[in-house]
Parts: sequence; C-alpha cells; structure tokens
Amino acid sequence: MLIKKPADIRPSEITSKDNYLNRRAFIRAGSIAGASALAGPAMAALVPDAPRAKLPDVGRSRFSTVETPNSYEDITTYNNFYEFGTGKEDPYRNAQDFEARPWKITVDGHAEKTGTFDFEDFIKPFDLEERIYRMRCVEAWSMVIPWVGISLADVVKHFQPTSKAKFVAFETLHDPVRMPGQGRRVLDWPYREGLTIAEATHPLSILAIGVYGEVMPNQNGAPIRLVVPWKYGFKGIKSIVRMRFVEKMPKTSWNMAAPHEYGFYANVNPGVDHPRWSQARERRIGSGLFAQKQPTLMFNGYAEQVAQLYDGLDLRKNY
Amino acid sequence: MNTLQQLRFVWKPAVFLLCLVPAALVVTDALEITGRLSANPVEDILDRFGNWGLRFIMLTLAVTPARRITGWNWLIRFRRMLGLFTFFYILMHFSTWLILDQGVLLSAVLEDIVERPFITLGMLGFLLLTAMAATSTAGIRRRMGRRWDRLHYGAYAVGVLGVWHYWWQVKQDIREPVIYAIVLALLLGYRLWHTWQRRR
Repeated sequence: MLIKKPADIRPSEITSKDNYLNRRAFIRAGSIAGASALAGPAMAALVPDAPRAKLPDVGRSRFSTVETPNSYEDITTYNNFYEFGTGKEDPYRNAQDFEARPWKITVDGHAEKTGTFDFEDFIKPFDLEERIYRMRCVEAWSMVIPWVGISLADVVKHFQPTSKAKFVAFETLHDPVRMPGQGRRVLDWPYREGLTIAEATHPLSILAIGVYGEVMPNQNGAPIRLVVPWKYGFKGIKSIVRMRFVEKMPKTSWNMAAPHEYGFYANVNPGVDHPRWSQARERRIGSGLFAQKQPTLMFNGYAEQVAQLYDGLDLRKNY
Repeated sequence: MNTLQQLRFVWKPAVFLLCLVPAALVVTDALEITGRLSANPVEDILDRFGNWGLRFIMLTLAVTPARRITGWNWLIRFRRMLGLFTFFYILMHFSTWLILDQGVLLSAVLEDIVERPFITLGMLGFLLLTAMAATSTAGIRRRMGRRWDRLHYGAYAVGVLGVWHYWWQVKQDIREPVIYAIVLALLLGYRLWHTWQRRR
C-alpha cells in the first residue's frame, strides 16, 4: 500500500533534522531579529563598510577547527577571483578600489519570500559567527581561514523555499567596469555556483561577510560570499548579487568551462584526481619553503559531518 | 683589444651576468631584499624558473633568424651560451619541482611523470635538453660529426614540448601560453620559409 504524506503540510513547514538540532541557535537568531526590528536605524551600523572595520557581536562556533589560521596577509594576497584577474595576486592588486556598498541581493525562484534586499537588510535577521575553516583549493593548496558569517541554513529557511526548490543557485555581480577581469571571457560571466538544498541547509555552510573579525576584504569577495568547507574553493562564489531557488541542477561556471575537470559537487576527495594533477596531497600555504605537502582528507576533513549527504552517490562520477 | 678579444672578455661575460639576473632575483626576492615571493613561494619559484626557461628557449631559437635578417653574424657566438642558460633555468625548474614541491617523494614523482601528460612532456623536453647540454663542448661536437647536428635539431622539439607543457598545465587563462606558441610558430615558421626559398 502506498502511504502518501498529508497534503496539508507544506514541505517548507516541516522542521528538518538540522534545524531541530539547531533550535537553540534558531531561537537566539529569532530574538536578535526581533530586537533589531525595534532598534531600527541604529542597526545601520551593524556592518561597518570601512576597510578593515571590526564586525560587532561575533559569536564563536563549535564548528571551528583548532588549527592555526593563516596570516591576514596570506589570506588577502593569494587567492583566485577571476573577476579581478587570473593571477593569484591580481585580486589583491586590482580589487582595492572596488565599491562593495551600496549592495543589493535578489532572492527569487521557488520560495515564499522573494525580492531584492539591501545587503544590510539581507543579513540583519541572522547571528554573526566566527567559523575557522580549512579551505582546500582545487589547485592543491590549502589555508585555514577565520571567516565571519551567517548560517546559510538560517538564510534558506528565512526565505521559505517551496517543495519545488531542490537547489540554490548563486550569481556574482556582472559589471566589467567595476570588475576588470570580466573584460575578457576567461569564464562565461557572471560567475555561477549552486548547492543542493541539503548542502545549503547543512550547518557547516555559511555566507561569509568577514575575515579575522573584520569586514570582508574586496579581494576575498566583499561584501558577501559563500563558504562550503568540504568542497573545493571554487564553489565559494564571491560578491553574491543573486540567490535563486530552483528545481533543476543549476549551471556552474567551472563546470561550464571544463565539464570533464570540474563537476557540480566538487567535494574535496583525495581519491579522485583532477585529470591533470593529483588531489592526494596539498600544500598548506604559510608552511614555509621546505615543508612537505600534507595528505588531503576526504571532504577536507569534514567527512563525519557531511558524508551522509552523499549516501548512495558515486563520487567518482559525481566529482 | 681586437674584436675577438672584446667579444671574449667584455661582451660574453656581460651577457652571462645578464642571463643570471632572473635567477639572482629569485634569491634576493626570497630573502626580501629586492621584493618578495608570493604566499605560495614554492609555486612562485617553480613558475619563475619555468617561465625563464621558456624565454631562453625562444631567445636561443631567435639567434639564427636574427642573424639572417640583420646580417650580424657575431650573434652566433652567443647561441651556445643561451642554450646552456635554457638548460640551467629548466634544471632549476625541475629541481624546484623535485625537491621543494614533491619533497623527493619518489612514488609521487614517478606517478606524476607517468600519469600527468603535461609532466611527461616536460620530462621529455628536460631529457633532450640534458643530452644537448652534455654534448655542447667543441670537442664533443667535432667527434660527433653529423650526429651532433641531428641531436641539436632537438632544440625545435624542446620549444614545442615546453610550450605544450605550459599550455596543458594552466587552468583556464591560456593567454600566456598562446603568446609563447605564437613566438615559437614565428621562429620555426621562419626556418621553413627560409628552406623553401633556398630550394626554389
């Protein structure tokens, strides 16, 4: 006999396991959101936009690693952000004058709440937390980065996706004047990324708005970017202007550019090599000229937390 | 001083020192005297030596066309030095990869050479360069006769292998390998054109 779910409960009303387990954080987030509604204009100062301004009220997280974070200099002078050039130091050099405010984020697709929001309003309902995460680049180097961010699960739930929403798609700003790297078609702009709803609502996924307790530097994806620590760094889409709830697996930039090299999932996996280089080991930035590479861990060391998301999925095919 | 002495005691040492500048800069940048290395110093050093290796291949292959076009026959006297500097920079590139990048972990090194086509290409080019460097003295050249010429036509193959190795290694932005490929195509294309002209 086929047992159907009662039709009067919308899937978005069902509390997920993660949400249930995180109910304390949720209650706290709710109370802060309530307070912020009362505080009104005073909250404009919630996120200062001056370079290197301190972010207020940053909580700690049990998800942080105890590994020593990389220096601020390492984190902010060596990364990929093709919108500002393809060299590792290009983002640092070319993003200094980028204006990350005012900033609008559009939420659309299969959700109860949609619209275009000012960055400040977008993040207002959520708690700021420091999350010290490992970051593993697909190019076989890694860092430890003390992000400051908001839980993506909280954000997703806030917008109340409907049962049709199976994926969350993200887009970066497309503005070749402000982002000079977009003047060349190295990638099919705008940069696009996506997650399954289960990945997006996993407690480890965050939208980061800062580093080292300070506002997000331009070169690292100001004002708001995705951080999914068990995936290769390119999944962490920067300077997000659009978040869309969709039914079908969204197109993602690196997969569009080289489908046999970069998949949708892009989970860190030492057992599945990039077609042109090994993923078994990684170079930890800051470890010095004579340091050995270190072994790469399955799901970047977050297997215990996330492996169950991929039960039954062939990770060799779904790289 | 006559012209030959000038060449030997002034111009050759001067060019020699000039060719060493990129290598010296790696050292002084690492010591933060002239600049600095990136947050990933091993990659930075690897890239710099590799890039200079490619530039020296191009310079070496440019000697003959430049000599024919300008009529400056003395250029030929710098060709061996430029070729040996190509070998030097590629040797440094290879050593950086072997020692600093791979940590002389033989299993990883062998796996890379066998399984990564761009590394296989690089290794082939390096082996060919080593053979050419080892036979570069006047005495060996005389003793090898025609075989020496045949081996040293390998310089063309080194150029192709080097550019191919670089092209295959970059992630997405192929602008720089394309520039090298165009320069190489011009240098080799000139030779084809020249041979064809003479046959007519």
